[in-house]
Amino acid sequence: MSQSKAIISVSGLGKRYRLGGALAHDTLRDHVTHLAGRLWRRTPRSAPAELWALREVSFEVGAGEVLGIIGRNGAGKSTLLKVLSQITEPTEGEVRVRGRLASLLEVGTGFHPELTGRENIYLNGAILGMNKAEIRRKFDEIVAFAEVEEFLDTPVKRYSSGMYVRLAFAVAAHLEPEILLVDEVLAVGDAAFQEKCLGKMREVTHGGGRTVLFVSHNMAAVQALCGRALWLNRGRVMGLGPVEELVARYLEDMRQRHDGQAELGLALGPSLVLQRVALDPNPVVSGQEARFEVVLEAREPARLTDFQLLIYSALGVRVAMLDLRQINGHGYMLEAGQKLVLNGGIRRLPLVEGDYRVGVFYSYQGHYADVLDVLTWHVAAAAPTDGRVPYKPAYRGLVVLEHEVEARVTS
Amino acid sequence: MNHGTAEMTGCRERVLRARRGWLALDWRELWEYRELFLFLAWRDILVRYKQTYIGVAWAALQPLLMMVILTFIFRTLGKFPSPGTAPYEVVVFAGLMPWQFFSNALTECSGSLVASERMITKVYFPRLIIPASAVLSGGVDFLIAALILGAMMLGFGLDWHWQLLLLPLFFGAAVVAALAVGLWASALNVRYRDVKYVVPFIVRMGLYVSPVGFVSSAVPEQWRFWYNLNPMVGVIDGFRWCVLGPAFEPYWPGFSVSMLVVLVLLVSGAMYFRQMERTFADVI
Repeated sequence: MSQSKAIISVSGLGKRYRLGGALAHDTLRDHVTHLAGRLWRRTPRSAPAELWALREVSFEVGAGEVLGIIGRNGAGKSTLLKVLSQITEPTEGEVRVRGRLASLLEVGTGFHPELTGRENIYLNGAILGMNKAEIRRKFDEIVAFAEVEEFLDTPVKRYSSGMYVRLAFAVAAHLEPEILLVDEVLAVGDAAFQEKCLGKMREVTHGGGRTVLFVSHNMAAVQALCGRALWLNRGRVMGLGPVEELVARYLEDMRQRHDGQAELGLALGPSLVLQRVALDPNPVVSGQEARFEVVLEAREPARLTDFQLLIYSALGVRVAMLDLRQINGHGYMLEAGQKLVLNGGIRRLPLVEGDYRVGVFYSYQGHYADVLDVLTWHVAAAAPTDGRVPYKPAYRGLVVLEHEVEARVTS
Repeated sequence: MNHGTAEMTGCRERVLRARRGWLALDWRELWEYRELFLFLAWRDILVRYKQTYIGVAWAALQPLLMMVILTFIFRTLGKFPSPGTAPYEVVVFAGLMPWQFFSNALTECSGSLVASERMITKVYFPRLIIPASAVLSGGVDFLIAALILGAMMLGFGLDWHWQLLLLPLFFGAAVVAALAVGLWASALNVRYRDVKYVVPFIVRMGLYVSPVGFVSSAVPEQWRFWYNLNPMVGVIDGFRWCVLGPAFEPYWPGFSVSMLVVLVLLVSGAMYFRQMERTFADVI
């Protein structure tokens, strides 16, 4: 931490969202009928529900510091970055920023499918805040990083999803602001590319003397890149301090939270609510059979084309996915008020003992997101089947392979 | 994202807090983001013409077809009068040019913010850039139509008047008029999504209520006042005057009323936009 004045200073920051009531109407017609109803039929004024996404948040970031921001879903991490990026206004409190700031809240913002890779590099660079001269200067580096030399002049809609994401990240990775805000954009591309991205992030954070705020669920990345961490929960600061300490406290809190099921009421986009995710048994013994149940409720009609249960290791590596999409490929059609109950079983859970974090991915009608840390699944060690003492879980990795072996000694 | 220059590290402190009351336009910030504005306009124009063999041809075909139909309806069937000696076709085309620009700009503008939802929720820049660049996206179409108009004037052997030099001025007025209505439409559309159904209706009505198929002097005296409240009346009249000369000199009082309406819409639109701008990312 530098001795000079803080680069970012947040004091008493609060952000409130109002839901429902007069603000729920998003057509003029509804708004007018609502007002008419209030006037003539004297329908009582409904107090709009309030949600404080951030409350009394205060912290400082010094020049050149890399601060990790961790917390469960809905903790307010993305909202904090949005406020710092001036995308949304604070409701109370104050933020002071000294220096040129760029945000990486998403990869490929502004990419247009009809434009070529070359054109999109310029467009995306401009949107992220680079001027034309800067983009021209870094053009070759960007192309080399993304490995798309031969495809520069084809429209981006013909790119594979891997290429698309590599190009998008390549542009973003070459931003050179004094302050950089990064929101979970490392989870793109294949493993090799992710390594490259992590390397670039390391270069950006440690080499440049840049101040970075880094939001992530990947505890390994957070520990690798950050010096301090800020832990948020339900909009409030739970802790701020050295990264190892905060990560340990956060994981401990995750462990204690759930006994295997979560009654949630977690909003998934505008139309769906995740009511329940249950894994049974919890704790489960490695190799045992397990059952899962997911309950979703639709507040508005929705066609759910994608839904997956995702299982992550404690450090945030994705271990497995349960693909719960509808079999015939058309998606689940849900009317308002209907519930979708997904019930199933896993035959023999091949996970090494440890704590696993369970999340979901959903997609419907253009609304999609990963929701991480919905609950924690504890996997206990299976009783040894022979006289050998099992190695420590860290050596055994994440997956147990059922196998048999025959040994012969020959000469 | 703040485009501060490199040497201003530490000197430039931004304070972010809840803002109350009316906000003025931040001109300096708009100037800083001028490159992004041009990039977005460039993108909109590029995308219009990509992947369409007919793209450029359509920009020429559409006004020509409209001209033929409107001439037939208003002159042949309706026997509407027209001052001067210029052929009715050219009179209509001269009115069609600014109208097409305006109606295209309004249509693009009204949906522009909602279409840019991802950018608005992920990146900071003055939101005014979006409807402004949408207005300009019809610029190339306008130039193509201008070339056709030039060809028509040569073909019909029309005189060239000094007023032609004022054409850029009236084009500017068309841009301002489009922006004035567009700001209202785009900001309203973020909050009330049914605005996007109202805009095509306004555009369709506007074609008949504006002096495109007919000339302003054909409007009876008793309707003149209401007629002049249409912001495009002044622009189209001015256009006709530039292209076709003194015979089409606008009725200046009516022209002033129309331009005044444009100004009022522009200022009020900009104020409303700035007010709502704070909540775009939350509501969109």
